[in-house]
Amino acid sequence: MSAPILEIRDLRVWFGNPPDRVDAVKGVDLTVARGESFGLVGESGSGKSTILRALAGLAPTWSGTITVDGESLRGTRRSPAFHRRVQMVFQDPYASLHPRHTVDRVLSETLRLQGMDDIDRRIGKLLDDVGLGRGFRFRYPHQLSGGQRQRVAVARALAGEPALLLLDEPTSALDVSVQAEILNLLADLRVERGLTYVMVSHDLAVIGHLCQRLAVMQGGLIVDQLTADDLRAGRADSAYTRELIAASRSYAGREA
Amino acid sequence: MTDLSTRDWLLSAAPTTRRQARLGALYQGWLTFRSNRLAMLGLIILVLLALMAILAPDLAPYSPTAQNLADRLQPPSARHWLGTDALGRDILSRIIWGSRVTLFIVGTVALISPIIGLLIGTIAGFAGGWVDQVLMRITDIFLAFPKLILALALVAALGPGIVNAVLALAITGWPPYARLARAETLAVRNADYIAAARLQGAGSFRLLVGHVWPMCISSMIVRVALDMAGIILSAAGLGFLGLGAQPPLAEWGAMISDGRTYILDHWWVAAMPGLAIFIVSLAFNFLGDGLRDVLDPKGGAE
Repeated sequence: MSAPILEIRDLRVWFGNPPDRVDAVKGVDLTVARGESFGLVGESGSGKSTILRALAGLAPTWSGTITVDGESLRGTRRSPAFHRRVQMVFQDPYASLHPRHTVDRVLSETLRLQGMDDIDRRIGKLLDDVGLGRGFRFRYPHQLSGGQRQRVAVARALAGEPALLLLDEPTSALDVSVQAEILNLLADLRVERGLTYVMVSHDLAVIGHLCQRLAVMQGGLIVDQLTADDLRAGRADSAYTRELIAASRSYAGREA
Repeated sequence: MTDLSTRDWLLSAAPTTRRQARLGALYQGWLTFRSNRLAMLGLIILVLLALMAILAPDLAPYSPTAQNLADRLQPPSARHWLGTDALGRDILSRIIWGSRVTLFIVGTVALISPIIGLLIGTIAGFAGGWVDQVLMRITDIFLAFPKLILALALVAALGPGIVNAVLALAITGWPPYARLARAETLAVRNADYIAAARLQGAGSFRLLVGHVWPMCISSMIVRVALDMAGIILSAAGLGFLGLGAQPPLAEWGAMISDGRTYILDHWWVAAMPGLAIFIVSLAFNFLGDGLRDVLDPKGGAE
């Protein structure tokens, strides 16, 4: 097996200073292999999104080691190589697109930042790849629906042809029918481009749909790591995970 | 394209070129603006003011500085529509020529102050930490003085004159813009779209100019339009105190100052330029209100 694309050792992330210090992540170890799709599940405040933000350089204070593709990360500065390798899709597509930039502006700026050439052709291809089509190129975000915006956000993340995509609850702000579209799009893109996903969600069904392996988080710690098969069979070590699975099933049962 | 009207082309939800998208957004804004009658009234008045300033030599019936002591302090009549002042100069002509001075003041101050304010405010808000502290304490120092007093001190130091008055107003006028720009910056600096651009490797300069400024500029424009009236009044105030425009230059504030002596017996000498200041200030306020509807990103449409 080749070296893992992402390796996290004893990650701790906190916000503020004592006495108001909040420890969001309290010592997490994670390894994600190349080409894998890895899920992080947990309730609100369990620290799952914070791990992604620390990885992306958006959390100011953290300790431990994070290694991406052999490159060890420090503080909040990230190298150009990191920006090419790792991209992120944010939770709320209404907040992650600049309200005064057209789709064209968003993508062309991204492509330019990533040092790409042949920008016109690439924008067209990206829009096709995320299922939007070229007609959307010159629209402003307010002329797009939530699902369309999230597709633009995915296109932006893919523009630099990253190897590792961080997905921060990419569907939780969307309608159920649109959620499925975006999940299928993400699943297809992963196969086509051989991407590695690290996906955060509070929804076991979403994780089960997209991820092969997952970690369950509670109170800033990983309480369980299992495979998608374990999840489907209900095999879990910790009581919390079993509760979570049961809750998710009874909810799904009620809906059906 | 041939079977589409220009209007449909502009309002298309799926623009096909960069230019069409930009023009479409502008047209949308224009439609919103046009539906505000008072704003349109303000715009029309200001266009007329601009025309008046450009065509001053052709419009003014007399020279603004020609004295005729035989005809001094004449009430409004067919010969002198708005009467004459203490030196027998035609007030209408002076108001028409004075519109140039007013536009010069407004234009210059409205260019300098917001730009200083935008730079200082966005840098302070975006950088945070000690940069923010230093810049905002400097802003506080400027804010601690009443604006006109500070302008007076500056003009007194630089020497009276219209250019110095404008400079003084511009230098004292930026702190509110800096505050506004900083507040807007703080609201957007942690937005996901900034984080996304940062994650693409965008540097601070690019983020500031390309991402933060567009979010600040609309509220700045509105604020400038609403402040125009205040700028005109401050310039008039300086002129009134004798520190702005120097005689015989026709400036509205200085004209009121001249008319003060005769205000009880010859009211029109002070009232006519006062009316001009009033109308133009009101027009700028209407315009500012209309622009707020168009430009406010929280307002929805754009």
